[in-house]
Amino acid sequence: MAEATRHLPNYFGVWAMLALLTMAELGVAFLPWPKGTVIALLVLLAVWKALLVALYFMHLRYEPNRIRILAIAPLPLAVILVVAVIQEFR
Amino acid sequence: MTTHADTMPASAMLEPTGVEPGARVYHNKLGMWVFLLSEVMFFTALIGSYLILRFAHPEAWAAPGEMLNIPVTAVNTFILICSSVTMVKAYAAAAEGHQKAMCWWLVATVLIGATFVGVQLYEYTELVHKGFLPSSGLYGSTFYTMTGFHGFHVTVGVICMAWVTLKAFRGGYTQADHRGIEVVGLYWHFVDLVWIILFTIVYLI
Repeated sequence: MAEATRHLPNYFGVWAMLALLTMAELGVAFLPWPKGTVIALLVLLAVWKALLVALYFMHLRYEPNRIRILAIAPLPLAVILVVAVIQEFR
Repeated sequence: MTTHADTMPASAMLEPTGVEPGARVYHNKLGMWVFLLSEVMFFTALIGSYLILRFAHPEAWAAPGEMLNIPVTAVNTFILICSSVTMVKAYAAAAEGHQKAMCWWLVATVLIGATFVGVQLYEYTELVHKGFLPSSGLYGSTFYTMTGFHGFHVTVGVICMAWVTLKAFRGGYTQADHRGIEVVGLYWHFVDLVWIILFTIVYLI
C-alpha cells in the first residue's frame, strides 16, 4: 500500500526554480570568464537542479533514512570510479 | 506441498501490507530504488569515460554551441522538467483520490515525454545533415552514445508510462493503492535527473 498521508511539497515552486536554474545555466555557459570558473558554476547549478529533483520529485526528503542512505550509497563509488580512472590516464 | 513461504524464516517474510520490514518501504519501491542505483553506476561509467577521453583529447571537441544546438536542447531540457512535474502531479492526484486528474496528468506526461524524444530525433537529423555522425571521431561517438542511451531510457519510460496511463483509465489505481504510479514516477524522475547532468557535461561545458 502506498503511504497515504504524506506531506506533498509545492511542485510548481520546484518546477519554477528548475526553470530559473536552467536559464541561469545558459547565461553562465557563455560568460567571458575563465573556463575553470564557468565549469565550476555549471557543475554547481547542475548539482543544485539534480538535488531538487531527487529531494522533492523523488521525495527523498520525506523517505525514511534507510532509503536516503541507499540512494547515496553509489555516489562514493561513482566518484572513486571516475577519479581512479582519470589518475590512470594523467 | 511445501511452499516457498513455508521454507522462509519468519523474519525474512514480507508483512501482509507488502512493506519490506528492513527498509520500511513497500517492496516494489525498494526494488526500483535498487535498480536505479545500478543505473547510477551505468551512467557513471559513460560519463567517466567521456570525461577521460575529453581530458585526454581536448582538441577533438568543438566549443559549446559550435556543433550542437544549445537553444533547442535547452528548450528540450525544460520540456523534460515539465514532464517530471506532470508525473509528480499525477502521483499527488492519486494520493489525494482525484482519479480524473491523475489520468490526465499521466496523459500529459506521456505526451511531453514523447515530445522530448521527438525533439531529440529532430536534433539527430539536423546533426547528421551537418555531417556529424557517430563515426565522426571521439566527439561524435561519445555524444551519440551518451545521448542515445539516455534517449533509450526516455523511450522505455514513455512506453511504461503509456501502460500505466491505460491502467489508470481502467481504474487500476486508487487512493489506497497507487504503487505503480509512484514506482514508474521514480524511474521517470531519475531519467530527468540524468539529463540535467548530461545537458551540462555534453552541451554546456
